[in-house]
Amino acid sequence: MIQIQNLHFGYRKKKIFTGLSLQLEAGHIYGLLGKNGTGKSTLLKNMAGLLFPKQGTVNVLGFTPGKRQPAFLQDIFMVPEEFHLPDVPIEYLVKYHAPFYPKFNEDQFNRYITEFDIPRSTTLQKMSYGQKKKVLISFGLACNTSVLLMDEPTNGLDIMSKSQFRKVIAGGLDENKCIVISTHQVKDLESLIDRVTIIDEGRILFDQTVDNITRRLSFHISFDSDEIKQALYREPSLRGSAVITRNTQGDESKMDLELLYKAIVLNGNAIQSVFNA
Amino acid sequence: MQFRESQAIYLQIADYVCEKILLKEWKVEERIPSVRELAVQLEVNPNTVMRTYDFLQQQEIIHNQRGIGYFVSQAAIKNAQTYRKNDFVEKDLPQVFRTMFLLGMEPDELKPRFEKFKKQHFA
Repeated sequence: MIQIQNLHFGYRKKKIFTGLSLQLEAGHIYGLLGKNGTGKSTLLKNMAGLLFPKQGTVNVLGFTPGKRQPAFLQDIFMVPEEFHLPDVPIEYLVKYHAPFYPKFNEDQFNRYITEFDIPRSTTLQKMSYGQKKKVLISFGLACNTSVLLMDEPTNGLDIMSKSQFRKVIAGGLDENKCIVISTHQVKDLESLIDRVTIIDEGRILFDQTVDNITRRLSFHISFDSDEIKQALYREPSLRGSAVITRNTQGDESKMDLELLYKAIVLNGNAIQSVFNA
Repeated sequence: MQFRESQAIYLQIADYVCEKILLKEWKVEERIPSVRELAVQLEVNPNTVMRTYDFLQQQEIIHNQRGIGYFVSQAAIKNAQTYRKNDFVEKDLPQVFRTMFLLGMEPDELKPRFEKFKKQHFA
């Protein structure tokens, strides 16, 4: 669905990607993680045709995003982190923007707006950042595009809305859709994503399905000093140590995304060796 | 639902489904929530629920009727008990035994408490 090969990209003198390759398939929710400034948003913009590769190719749904062909643009939606919405009531947004998306479903949109508890009487500019974001997320989901890109979607959402967000995303995925979510809020999305993609220093540092991760790695609390010493990653906790070890028992544990992320950034080679074996 | 335990989410969802069946909230030969419905309710990826349902089909606890949905199997209670019992004996019981040993408790002490508990909650 999305193929990126040997992508090079930079802003003026600052190099962001130096030969990044990545394949994304339909039917999955991808969690795109990485430190600040590693290019998560830049990657999403390259997929959406908002930025153009310096070298290498980006192919989305069989199109080159940078050409911005209508057939491509009507089947992709991006919820950016920073955005501007016109100062109009919600109905106007639907009236003037929805026609660009042939698979837009108004009932679905209204259902999301109700679920997110967004007032219909105010115009978009009078809403809080969180409310605007929820309007945009609702609109993006209701467009039913094959590709949905979201940059930090849970930033600015209150506690109830984060839970609502997970519900609408869980209900919005189907086998023909590819949802990519970039985030720092790993706890918000831990149970929602089924593939973890980590960017670092201009390339893909780690890219595995959650199933594969929990088959190969074990996340648990350990009291055994030998095991803690040999762990791929360890961190003291209130009781014992939180560790990541090779999964040798065959039992699958719950992935701790925060711990995994730290482990890959700090001790990437050890983690990678488990997957390359 | 809170996923606090150390088990993989798809297995925690399997426990959730087994519990619904063992408590007879979901009855034999009745349709259970679709993959999407359960994913929305539990706020998890539908592929995770799909994996749970595949797993529970292998255990012959639920079955799929093509185009209609998933149903609680005839032998669901027996099979769910077998599955949960193995899990309980291997994983939870050693923890209980360890605490009992530390506190100097014997199994005899548990019997009257267990009877009282059943009366209180399931009578």
